[in-house]
Amino acid sequence: MHPDLRYLSVLIVAAAMWSGAAHSTDLRAAILANPCAGCHGMDGVSPGTIPSINQLSADAIVAALKAFKSGERPGTVMDRIAKGYTDEEIQRIADYFQSLKK
Amino acid sequence: MTNFSRREFLKYAGALSALSAFGCASMGGASGPRIVVIGGGFGGATCAKYLRKLAGPTVGITLIEKNSSYVTCPFSNTVIGGLRSIDTITHNYETLAKKYNIEVVFDTVTGIDATSKTVTLQGGKTLAYERAVISPGIDFKWGAIEGYDEAASETLPHAWKAGTQTVLLRKQLEAMADGGVVLIAAPPDPFRCPPGPYERASLIANYLKQSKPKSKIVILDAKDKFSKQPLFQDAWDNLYPGMIEWVPGSQGGKVTRADVKEMTLYVDNSAHKGDVINVIPAQKAGALAHSAGLANESGWCPVDPRTFESKVHKNIHVIGDACLGGKMPKSGYAAHSQAKVCAAQIAAMLIGQPPVDPSWINTCYSLIAPDYGITVAAVYRATADGIVDVQGAGGVSPREAPKSVRQAEAIYAEGWYKSVTADAFS
Ligand SMILES: Cc1cc2nc3c(=O)[nH]c(=O)nc-3n(C[C@H](O)[C@H](O)[C@H](O)COP(=O)(O)OP(=O)(O)OC[C@H]3O[C@@H](n4cnc5c(N)ncnc54)[C@H](O)[C@@H]3O)c2cc1C
Ligand code: HEC
Repeated sequence: MHPDLRYLSVLIVAAAMWSGAAHSTDLRAAILANPCAGCHGMDGVSPGTIPSINQLSADAIVAALKAFKSGERPGTVMDRIAKGYTDEEIQRIADYFQSLKK
Repeated sequence: MTNFSRREFLKYAGALSALSAFGCASMGGASGPRIVVIGGGFGGATCAKYLRKLAGPTVGITLIEKNSSYVTCPFSNTVIGGLRSIDTITHNYETLAKKYNIEVVFDTVTGIDATSKTVTLQGGKTLAYERAVISPGIDFKWGAIEGYDEAASETLPHAWKAGTQTVLLRKQLEAMADGGVVLIAAPPDPFRCPPGPYERASLIANYLKQSKPKSKIVILDAKDKFSKQPLFQDAWDNLYPGMIEWVPGSQGGKVTRADVKEMTLYVDNSAHKGDVINVIPAQKAGALAHSAGLANESGWCPVDPRTFESKVHKNIHVIGDACLGGKMPKSGYAAHSQAKVCAAQIAAMLIGQPPVDPSWINTCYSLIAPDYGITVAAVYRATADGIVDVQGAGGVSPREAPKSVRQAEAIYAEGWYKSVTADAFS
């Protein structure tokens, strides 16, 4: 790493701490995963009849979404939704929910 | 990190000093820039909350809303159908204020000055913003149906903004004698909640079937087709045979005049008398969008499909029903989903990052009976053609499905309502 850049990363971390969460959050992942919360509850914790997904591991979320996507697992609505994402995006969404557990 | 260019470095450094310039902003204990969100519905409430989640604790967030509580249109058809009480669909702003440190102001915004970046309130105050987000919902095109204005809506309710209008329509249905005729005038596109008029007819039928089985519902429609039509019509034949008549626009459905005294709707010269009449008028973006010059000739607000920043005025974002959201319908879930994208983009912009590649989901649940639900769903992306749905995904519930699937969707509809309202308001 170039010395300038090392200094820069310190600055960015400082900026992140200074102005809050935005830079520690992967915004692209958040944008992909946030709409799921309208049904599954904020951060995947559901207050109602739709299952919570916050307790699932990233692998379990990936497996479920891929199974809905391929039609292997039936669903009332998840089959239609899972088809809207690439496998890479599914991984990203699952990792995002996993990251909330820390 | 090694890909970081000098230019990006300068951008970050610039962002930092820009943020410090707001160091002395005073409201709500926040020291960063101030974002003013106008309208505390599905769009505005969600955006304010997710700004706090995504842009961090130092950003000042003000939410300005006319009313001190919010009655949701979603599930208001269950109130009209006698399945729920109005207080179960009424929400407040306490959690947003206390837990998310959002400054909630109950007042009406009377003007937005995009040049001085200020917002004027009816109460006399002026507030400065770094960016403004507006989610004012819809207003009606009064007079599009001759004789139907705000005063007429006190006798022939629209019940298309939830609250007293919802309760009024419910009371009228309760007071109606068995054998009565309920007229519903359904609006032309585009309007909020495309399946809404047909869900309403269904839940009124569910009530009448039990309490006033000789009654009838006639839907006079400005359109020739409607959302989830085959699913609705199959279910009507099954659950409410002979009870609901739908008249398409080209076959005498387009209401042109309302006579309040005579309790009559006219389609040109043919008269339809009703015992209860629900007129859902044609719609446009909420009045504020027009007075602030944000709407175009369509009556709605053109926006950048990635950030929802107005194409007319910089630093003002328009979300929800009021915006031209490409292929997304005007729904609470769409407004909620747009609000989260808008919050994330503002969080990025505040630190000088370019907008992120966005995506959205919309799902509209409709109840045809308490144990009979259907959906339309889609996943959306921003493209050169604006916001479009991902091909091969989404769509409506299957036309052939066992009762258990309709039951499951009705149960999930309740779950959706709980999740989405909690995600927006608590
Ligand atoms: C009968 C019915 C059923 C529906 N069912 C569903 C459903 O099941 N699912 C679904 O997803 N959607 C449903 N919808 C649609 C949903 O209600 C709307 O799409 C949603 O409310 C749009 O959110 P919004 O934030 O754009 O506007 P709104 O929710 O209308 O919020 C706008 C807010 O701004 C405030 N405001 C306006 N102007 C000002 C001003 N100048 N100053 C201060 N405050 C102001 C208003 O008081 C209001 O609180 C339904 C609609 C109807 C009518
Ligand atoms: C319209 C509401 C809705 C949306 C939006 C939605 N889900 Fe679901 N989800 C459901 C329902 C309902 C189920 C139960 C299966 C079914 O009937 O489709 C479910 C099931 C799941 C499951 C399986 C849970 C388990 O316990 O096995 C996972 C994982 C999941 N969803 C993840 C997601 C993710 C990730 C998103 C966002 C990309 C998402 N869902 C968006 C409603 C929704």
